[in-house]
Amino acid sequence: MSTSLLLLLVAIIGVIGYVAGSRRASVLANGKSSNLHSRPGYYGAYVGIWATLPAILVMVVWNIAAPTYINSTVRGEFPAEVQAESAATQNLAYGMIGAIARGLNLATPEEVAAIDAGGDVRAILAGKGVPLADQPQPYMIAAAKHLNEMNATSAMLLSVAVLLVAVGGALLAYRSIAARFRARNRVESVILVSLIVASSIAIFTTVGIVFSMASEAIHFFTMVPAHEFFFGTVWDPRFAAAGSGGTSGQFGLIPLLLGTLYIGAVAMLFAVPIGLFAAIYMAEYAGSKFRSLAKPLLEVLAGIPTIVYGFFALVTVGPFFRDLSAQMAGLATGNYQSFIQAQSVLTAGFVMGIMLIPYVSSLSDDIITAVPRSLRDGSLGLGATRSETIKKVILPAALPGIVGAILMTASRAIGETMIVVLAAGVAARMQLNPFEPMTTVTVKIVNQLTGDLEFTSPQTLVAFALGITLFVITLCLNIYALFIVRKYREQYE
Amino acid sequence: MNMMNEAAIEKAVDQKMNTVPYKMIGKDVSVYYGEKRALFDVNLNIRENTVTALIGPSGCGKSTFLRTLNRMNDTIDNCRVTGKITLDADDIYDPNIDVVELRARVGMVFQKPNPFPKSIYENVSYGPRIHGLARTRAEFDEIVASSLQKAGLWNEVKDRLHEPGTGLSGGQQQRLCIARAVAVSPEVILMDEPCSALDPIATAKVEELIHELRTNYTIVIVTHSMQQAARVSQRTAMFHLGNLVEENDTDKMFTNPDDQRTQDYIMGRFG
Repeated sequence: MSTSLLLLLVAIIGVIGYVAGSRRASVLANGKSSNLHSRPGYYGAYVGIWATLPAILVMVVWNIAAPTYINSTVRGEFPAEVQAESAATQNLAYGMIGAIARGLNLATPEEVAAIDAGGDVRAILAGKGVPLADQPQPYMIAAAKHLNEMNATSAMLLSVAVLLVAVGGALLAYRSIAARFRARNRVESVILVSLIVASSIAIFTTVGIVFSMASEAIHFFTMVPAHEFFFGTVWDPRFAAAGSGGTSGQFGLIPLLLGTLYIGAVAMLFAVPIGLFAAIYMAEYAGSKFRSLAKPLLEVLAGIPTIVYGFFALVTVGPFFRDLSAQMAGLATGNYQSFIQAQSVLTAGFVMGIMLIPYVSSLSDDIITAVPRSLRDGSLGLGATRSETIKKVILPAALPGIVGAILMTASRAIGETMIVVLAAGVAARMQLNPFEPMTTVTVKIVNQLTGDLEFTSPQTLVAFALGITLFVITLCLNIYALFIVRKYREQYE
Repeated sequence: MNMMNEAAIEKAVDQKMNTVPYKMIGKDVSVYYGEKRALFDVNLNIRENTVTALIGPSGCGKSTFLRTLNRMNDTIDNCRVTGKITLDADDIYDPNIDVVELRARVGMVFQKPNPFPKSIYENVSYGPRIHGLARTRAEFDEIVASSLQKAGLWNEVKDRLHEPGTGLSGGQQQRLCIARAVAVSPEVILMDEPCSALDPIATAKVEELIHELRTNYTIVIVTHSMQQAARVSQRTAMFHLGNLVEENDTDKMFTNPDDQRTQDYIMGRFG
């Protein structure tokens, strides 16, 4: 029985359990709902949960355990000379057995007979769309048959077990229904558990990400000393030439970090004032009609993929700055030599700033709107103008939240990649001229991880060290932002 | 005999109040929120250095009328005011009148204490600062001290002027808001249910304060509590469904009102 059919059956049992459970509860209630501890639906849900949840758990556990068991059994049956080979060879053999097993399932009985008679297994299976790398050895066909048998047995046992558990669970729960039985509390605790599971998934994923990055990063630091990475001023991860075998590159983080912070700072320079002003206008001055139109429009900016901003930078903004600078230089010195390069810190920062405007404005708008109306009235009632009210009462009250919003935006700026690739180039340079190209940590991560890779060289592993550095920086920024927001939140409560 | 006596007293009070000049005059004041009309041609005059109480059931328009007196209704979208309101001789809805200046002359205290999230000192000096009433540190100190004294809060906060105003108790916060309003030296102070969020002891203090403020300021107070109206005011105006039902001396209003609806409301038959 296939898994989906089994799931369907379990679901049907669950529904039947629900209906039966609520019926029985209704009967027990005897027309007077106060006789019952909970509403009939809760009794139904209780039976339904007992019918489905344990059965699904059994299915999950079985689907994890059974393949492992079958795998080890099949491997245990390998001939002694194969078992003596390396793990990689054994894996290849097992992969081939799996392929044969799949092919045998597809083959007609005549074809199976032909294979048993010593026919060309490779050709027959190729006709079934299962390609084999090599002509299989005889023991493999036997093993494949055994594999198929075990799989079939496992599937059958699973079906029986799951159905038994489902029906059994439903019956048990059904029998436990009584007038004073606290079905509602039980059902609600199941819901509570599922809520907890859902919220912990995100946390565990974060922890998992950190660990996976950390292990690779540690691997990197065994090859390149940490101080050379963190304090190195040259980024030159030469890919080792064939045969040289040495780790001849230099992996200085400083130029990349400087580029990241520089471009991020330029972006914030554009995004923060514009975003904040827009937020103040939206929250304090704009009429409700204009606001309901303009706010979603502004937020559409946030939905544009960053690669599109990258195009914009590459095709429009970069050349515009270059031509503008050429004209300016021409007017000033008579020499039409552009001093802003098409790919530059300025271009990337400017376009990234535009991308960040909706983040700043939308977050700040929410924060400004959250300042209680009573504070506004208090200030206006004293004869302050709107602008004085905003400057002296609303912004100070909203400041912690706004700072938090800006820090969160900054961590986005630091993580941005596509705009930088297209607008500021990939040259890792250490300089402070905003009109020259620079690059960032994220761009170099992409660079190091594109192409054919071997995960043993520092040239590749450095990406993980960069990644975890970036992660720590943005994490600190976010934690600090949260801290600020928390610390000052009670101010006007 | 008794009846005559009462009538005589009544008349005396009436005459006493009737000699007081008007500070603000409201003529045919109507207020619309969009299509909905909230006030219907209200004619109500506010006497100088008098506490005028506005009473009436919820939604009767008393707060709306109060807010027309310093144009706080301007801050509400699609609110429209017609009719004429004067402060002394100035039409306050005249386009030439600066609303900022008007609100400096007609201060306001709100239902819920709303100190700014700043220090006590800054709360009080806020108004003088924006209106340029003081220049040196000493002048500000002087205004802050005298305002807090007038609000009866000085002794409680003089040692912690630079702690946040939000850290005070509810009653202290409301008196801080009164000090804040007084600091601008307004002529009229509007109070919108100033004690509704306070406990009885804090309420008593605020009422006592209102009594004292009356010598220097004209006060208009909206209240839900009939006892409070009787305790603090000399004149009372009763609103119902957006209409002014009756306006009279408080003593007369609570003993022998002219209008049946006032009688019913005071006796607790509706509202």
